Amino acid sequence: MMKSIVITTTINKRKHELEVHPNTTLLDLLRDELGLTGTKRGCEAGECGACTILMNGQAVNSCLVLAPQIDGQEILTIEGLADGDKLHPLQESFLDHDAVHCGFCTPGMLMSAKSLLDRNASPTELEVRTAISGNLCRCTGYQQIVDAVLETEPVKRET
Amino acid sequence: MIPKFDYVRPDSLRQAIKQLAASGTRIHAGGTDLLGCLRDRVFTADKVVSIGGLSELGGIKRASDGGLTIGALTTLAQLASDPVILKDYPALAQGALSAASPQLRNQGTLGGNLCQRPRCWYFRGDFHCLRKGGNLCYAVGGRNDYHCIFGGDACYIVHPSDTAPALVALGARVHINGANGSRTIPLESFFVPPGKDITRENVLAPNEILTNVSLPAPAPNQRSSYRKMRARGAWDFALAGVALSLRFGVGGEVEGARVVLSGVAPMPWRVAEAEKALTGKRITEDTARAAAEICIKGAEPMEYNGYKVNLVRALVEEALLALR
Ligand SMILES: Cc1cc2nc3c(=O)[nH]c(=O)nc-3n(C[C@@H](O)[C@@H](O)[C@H](O)COP(=O)(O)OP(=O)(O)OC[C@H]3O[C@@H](n4cnc5c(N)ncnc54)[C@H](O)[C@@H]3O)c2cc1C
Ligand code: SF4
Ligand code: FES
Ligand code: FES
Repeated sequence: MMKSIVITTTINKRKHELEVHPNTTLLDLLRDELGLTGTKRGCEAGECGACTILMNGQAVNSCLVLAPQIDGQEILTIEGLADGDKLHPLQESFLDHDAVHCGFCTPGMLMSAKSLLDRNASPTELEVRTAISGNLCRCTGYQQIVDAVLETEPVKRET
Repeated sequence: MIPKFDYVRPDSLRQAIKQLAASGTRIHAGGTDLLGCLRDRVFTADKVVSIGGLSELGGIKRASDGGLTIGALTTLAQLASDPVILKDYPALAQGALSAASPQLRNQGTLGGNLCQRPRCWYFRGDFHCLRKGGNLCYAVGGRNDYHCIFGGDACYIVHPSDTAPALVALGARVHINGANGSRTIPLESFFVPPGKDITRENVLAPNEILTNVSLPAPAPNQRSSYRKMRARGAWDFALAGVALSLRFGVGGEVEGARVVLSGVAPMPWRVAEAEKALTGKRITEDTARAAAEICIKGAEPMEYNGYKVNLVRALVEEALLALR
């Protein structure tokens, strides 16, 4: 019989102790059990990037992470990006550049972009395009998104 | 929904091997391939054994002979950015960087990359084909756009790994641990052709774990590269690719060569005849073209994948000229 597993993890700076079924993905856990529905369910096959979150600062597809894998790890989702009511500079820049159309890809795009800017505060256009190459957008044609990331003000990027 | 399974997280390699003794167990490293296979019911698992926490399988270390030992849990992102690999084994860094997307490279491991299952869409889909124990290959007479042009034998998969061709070109060996002890074999003989056993792609027994990969010290004038053609600009598997490792003499002539194709055969496809033809010669437009012609000799395209023949020829020629 399938035994559940107890894990401790930090999600958006909050400690959680959770009992999970091993066949639950991190995406299922976030959306269905913790109500964090900002992370989107797209292909569930690693192809679209809509489910992108940060695990220990690195962008990964939460649809391909098993819940037990996050034991002891630190997770950041789109819900943890803003500081209370104050949007993250990347979010401001996405709004300024009309980089959000239907919005389905946006949470994943923002998380991929954040992982890039955390490592590299002034990326080139090619570096931005590479960083979001695992995120599909069916609306914008990408240009507004690339511009939004490139023009996120470096001084405001620390958060 | 992924079907149910038990999940164990052993804390040593020995414990992990013990856990694998039961039938119906599967190894879980990064999970980027495993989860897709389980979700799509390509195969099932009663028990999944996590190896993600095993420190024995991590790290990139200089070996005493000047070579490099790379733990199976090293991620593709680490391979693509490691300064020693970038300098001494560029083909491997390029192979890792060309694989999948940034997210998948952060999570996918080297061991998983070498042991990932084929991407044949019938195999991944709801078809009980030969490789799954059925009695038909649906690619024959079906859509075989992404299937092999070399080495097919009743099954026509291509091996999906981008690190494997680079590692074969670089002369890698793999270390394997199991209930009956450990063994080390050239990566080249790790892969199993369909003619030998159609149900598996490598020699691992169910209770064996690939622990690390080792590379020989690079020769003083060694240059290597991996070049891959995809159907789109962003992530995708190789339509065709070529890994090269060339050792040059003082006069610029090739002293030793390895030429390994990807995306065109059920395993990394070494072309010994092209290697021989290059040896002793300088790389010129003529010798590059001649080697490229040799690489497509004996190709057996299927109904929809003839384009791969031209891709291979062009890729080999370009890659050789770029390394000169
Ligand atoms: C959308 C998408 C695109 C991709 N594109 C590419 C690409 O372009 N090029 C490419 O090369 N790959 C590609 N991949 C495959 C990708 O899954 C691998 O590159 C990755 O490295 C697998 O590593 P993992 O640790 O996630 O493997 P896992 O999923 O954990 O394991 C894969 C398989 O290997 C077995 N295994 C894992 N580690 C070991 C070990 N140490 N010993 C024995 N068995 C082991 C597992 O049981 C499983 O069957 C892609 C995958 C996806 C989903
Ligand atoms: S090519 Fe191999 S894996 Fe694909 S349908 Fe044929 S037998 Fe199955
Ligand atoms: S839902 Fe995870 S990559 Fe598409
Ligand atoms: S805004 Fe609609 S998918 Fe990107």
